[in-house]
Amino acid sequence: MGMTISEKILARAAGQDSVKAGEIIWVQVDKAMMDDILGPRVEIADNLKKQNRPVWDPEKVVIVSDHYTPPANIKQANIVKFTRDWAKDNHIDNYYEFAGPCHQVMVDKGHAIPGTVVVGTDSHTTTYGALGCFSTGIGSTEMSGVLMTGKIWLKVPQSIHILWEGDLREGVMAKDVSLRTIKELGHAGATYKAMEYDGSTIRSMIMDERLCLSNMAVEAGAKVGMIGYDHVTAEYLEGQHGITDRFDWINADTDAVYERRLRFRAEDLVPQVACPHEVDNVTDVEKLEKTKVDQVYIGSCTGGRYHDLKMAAMFLKGRKVASGIRVLVSPASRDIYNQCLRDGIFNDLAGAGCTILGSTCGACLGVHSGNIGDNEVCVATTNRNFLGRMGSKTSGVYLASPLTAAASAITGYITDPREFLQEERA
Amino acid sequence: MSRGKVWKYKDNINTDIIAPPESMELDIKGASAYCMSNLDPEFAKGFRPGDYFVTEHNLGSGSSRETAPLVLKELGVRVIVAMDYARIFYRNCINVGMIPVECSETNRISMGDEIDVDYKKGVITNYTKGETYACNTMPEHITKIMECGGLIPYLMEEAGKNKN
Repeated sequence: MGMTISEKILARAAGQDSVKAGEIIWVQVDKAMMDDILGPRVEIADNLKKQNRPVWDPEKVVIVSDHYTPPANIKQANIVKFTRDWAKDNHIDNYYEFAGPCHQVMVDKGHAIPGTVVVGTDSHTTTYGALGCFSTGIGSTEMSGVLMTGKIWLKVPQSIHILWEGDLREGVMAKDVSLRTIKELGHAGATYKAMEYDGSTIRSMIMDERLCLSNMAVEAGAKVGMIGYDHVTAEYLEGQHGITDRFDWINADTDAVYERRLRFRAEDLVPQVACPHEVDNVTDVEKLEKTKVDQVYIGSCTGGRYHDLKMAAMFLKGRKVASGIRVLVSPASRDIYNQCLRDGIFNDLAGAGCTILGSTCGACLGVHSGNIGDNEVCVATTNRNFLGRMGSKTSGVYLASPLTAAASAITGYITDPREFLQEERA
Repeated sequence: MSRGKVWKYKDNINTDIIAPPESMELDIKGASAYCMSNLDPEFAKGFRPGDYFVTEHNLGSGSSRETAPLVLKELGVRVIVAMDYARIFYRNCINVGMIPVECSETNRISMGDEIDVDYKKGVITNYTKGETYACNTMPEHITKIMECGGLIPYLMEEAGKNKN
């Protein structure tokens, strides 16, 4: 019987010829990632100390201080300090700070290698599924076990096959594909399961766009968000990291068994928005009543990649952001920051009145650098719009693509980006 | 298993609601004062050990933060009842030493009801309404983890036994 992408990777990790959904297996972890907010400080350092156990393999551990950088207060500064010191004391050389949200750092620095098993103390660890990693979020206790032994038990998930075929229309991005898929599945529709994206729409997406899809998989409750290996993956790996090994085996067998199959036509998709306070509360942007915006946030491990900023700059270049609103831009990593600096993208964005922030998780989860106040509305390219997510419990977060965010930044209202495409052509 | 008062909420009580962003930089005791504060400011003040935390669908969606089950535990939550759970939260609950029970009829349970959850027999008794509901049973190794106060203390105890 054929295997899904998840089954293939897990069979290899378990040292078996095959596995099937539902089986519980022990696997060797290839990379264990921690951040600052949910890293060593939450139980993990204590657990290792109590057990008097060293980290099983410091080279396989990556720590990124990203949520509390730059620290907004002494408590946050002390959490980063603790994380930094713990990394040093435990000989973790892969320690990053002010380098950007962990998931983009993992990708930029070559820690996400196809076919490997990666676990992280952050739910968006699903991101590297785009590169063919079986990568998923875990809690502190589980991470303690991984750090002591290098192993974790996993239940092989059933997979949902998500087929997108055809060409996306102009003004529509991977974020829209993701929101539309989550609308269909529901925010718990893939709980305990693997999402496996496929089809000509997905295969024609560049890596920046694919990473957005895998990143958001957890918003449907999924354990992983897989995308098969192809020429895009190969070119990305060689271009970014000089990796020329082939990973053609990271594709599902034609007779793989899926729990469910969804099918979408890319031509039918229009820009999508997830309204407060659930990620599956999704509607076509054109159907939203005129909604005034106080802040636009373009950033995070979901919507702050180079392609995202480049698309936003395409609209904002030579224009001005609406008066009275704040437009904050936080590139998803220092590497992306530097690339935007070199390519003049920051000139276009800052010239339009955007505030360029450092690379950080800050505002996305409401811990610093752009929290919103009572009754304020933010359009964000991020991943969650939960009650109080970015600040006040009376505020509202609308999740959208970088193009929708840029269009809204210009008008001051949630705006269909296609209005600007018509203008660009005129 | 004992009678206790119900704190009842509906669908999608996510990790940001249980452990709000502004509480994340505090220790667990400090953070527990913010638990559920955006939805119900009375919860953290009023919850007493022995009370039950009961919700409907998709409990614990969102973040992998183990601080979410930890703040509930800090407030005295031992047994949680929901229709279904988000994946990471479910594992985290067991690992910190709580019992996450599944029951498809939590919509029949109201705030303030007095209930008893027998997770060994798989029965929830609602004394206020005079009703009973089926819930799943928890295997003994899971209930032992709770009795020890979490997976790590459980493993330490098991390791100690093996030495003797």
